[in-house]
Amino acid sequence: MSVSAAPARVDRASAPRGSIAVEIRGVGHQFDLSGSKIEVLDNVDLSVQPGEFVALLGPSGCGKSTLLRLVAGLDAPTQGTILADGQPIRKPDPSRNLVFQDPTLFPWASVWHNVATGLDVRGVLKRERARVDDALALVNLTTFADAFPHQLSGGMAQRASLARALVNDPALLLLDEPLGKLDSLTRLTLQTELVSLWQRNGFTALLVTHDVEEALLLASRIIVFSDRPARIKAEFRFEKTYPRHRDDADLVALRKRILGTLGLST
Amino acid sequence: MSEAVQAFDGDTAPKSSLDSSFGFRGWWRDGLLAAIAWAAAAGITIGLPDVVPWGSAGLFATLTGLAAAAFIALSFVAHRLGRFGSLVSHYGPWFIAVGVWLALWELITAKSGWLPKPFFSPPHGLLNVYVVDGQRLLICIGYTLRLWSLGFLSGIIVGYAGGVALGWSKRFSYWGMPILKLIGPVPATAWIPCTFYFFPTTFQASIFIVALASGIPVAILTASGVGSVSRAFYDVGHILGASNWYLIRKIAVPASLPHVFVGLFMGLYYSFAVLVVAEMLGAKYGLGWYVQFQTAYSGYANVYAALLIMAVLCAGIVRLLFVARDRLLRWQKGFI
Repeated sequence: MSVSAAPARVDRASAPRGSIAVEIRGVGHQFDLSGSKIEVLDNVDLSVQPGEFVALLGPSGCGKSTLLRLVAGLDAPTQGTILADGQPIRKPDPSRNLVFQDPTLFPWASVWHNVATGLDVRGVLKRERARVDDALALVNLTTFADAFPHQLSGGMAQRASLARALVNDPALLLLDEPLGKLDSLTRLTLQTELVSLWQRNGFTALLVTHDVEEALLLASRIIVFSDRPARIKAEFRFEKTYPRHRDDADLVALRKRILGTLGLST
Repeated sequence: MSEAVQAFDGDTAPKSSLDSSFGFRGWWRDGLLAAIAWAAAAGITIGLPDVVPWGSAGLFATLTGLAAAAFIALSFVAHRLGRFGSLVSHYGPWFIAVGVWLALWELITAKSGWLPKPFFSPPHGLLNVYVVDGQRLLICIGYTLRLWSLGFLSGIIVGYAGGVALGWSKRFSYWGMPILKLIGPVPATAWIPCTFYFFPTTFQASIFIVALASGIPVAILTASGVGSVSRAFYDVGHILGASNWYLIRKIAVPASLPHVFVGLFMGLYYSFAVLVVAEMLGAKYGLGWYVQFQTAYSGYANVYAALLIMAVLCAGIVRLLFVARDRLLRWQKGFI
């Protein structure tokens, strides 16, 4: 159901710093919910090119987030394999960073120390303190470096969470509805920021969202999932230069088609 | 439980503003009333004879009289003393109440004999204990603080380490939790027979009793704190490549700190409660020992005097713990 046959190539301001290909092969997953098995993912096949921005779209609770957790290596799939640059994913790794729907900042640590966590874990924080400052500058939080998470607004907290991922220079950024709980204005700002971060850093991005418009503003490929157990239902390519506008005719037209696939009409 | 701890902390900051507590031309009206109450206490103490003499009546009258004079002076200048002035004026009603209470206390005990010697003591009777027995009480305070600090510190260190292990490790909690739940409700003092056998000296046995009383609530609350840390925090740690040791040190420990402090407060109260019993074990000094010794000889004034010291000590340590908590848990509240 491809809209355009062109390969997923993206023009970027700077050369990519590192990105990985993701290969999801026949992945199925089940949850054990008090004895009964619940099927969440059903035979999902998906390959993502290095540097691509792919949006995973589907009804809420369909299992998209589970797929991200599997790619992150937090859980192992019941069936099938997931490869990162040809290597099977066995455990989490800072190069594949996941940003959650909730900022999940450590409330006891300042914003600076939250962002520094990844470097601290690897024991390189003393040498590379500047990277924390850079990451904070990247998300416009320099003045809030010493603030505690409870002092931040929702948007600022989510930006801090993004900086905590970006400081590790991830080759793959997994975004689990990162803007889902933000107000619409903050959301618009952060959508723009996400695009420019992706263009600047060149990572591969996998975004879970249930907002069709958000998917179209950010991604060059949109995968639509069915209800649980999630199966890939349709796939759309959307090659349009950034920044994109929500009133763009092509975008509006494609949104209609995607909503149609989801069983909604506007 | 944490609400209860918060409640103790509630009324510490002076909230009354200058204009409401200072009356006509900046007079501190409560100060004058306090001066009258304290002067009355002094007058009653020196003016009326004791039914049975207690001693130190003159000294007590002098001290309360001096306090009355100080309140008169303050009532004129308090409004010019800035922070100290507003602090003093905040506690104005308390100063009045204490003065009235001292005067009444003198009347119903020493002066009328309504509450008779030796079961009740007037305030100057307590003062007399400090004058006569001060030396011995100081030594007792030293002994008690030594026993308490050794017991409390070793108790909370072991309790905290055990609590982290119980909250973190499934296997540890499988074996440890039932035992802890069984031992927890048993009063620390019930272990006295065993401690006599296991510890070479009675002092060590006393330390163990205090340690047990303070360690168990710390262990239980630390375990529940570590166990209730959100899984999402560990997910973040895993993604960033953290080892188990890192997750314990940098996530489980700080995240459980609010619970730990509730345990520390409970342990503090329990440890003070068992001090008296712990000092039964062959002690030669100590406030608990003093209380028992004086009870045996019907020296109730001495008992009250020692209990008062214990109460002040405990309150002081609670205060210190609050300061520590507010520093360490700064991240919990809004301090913008």
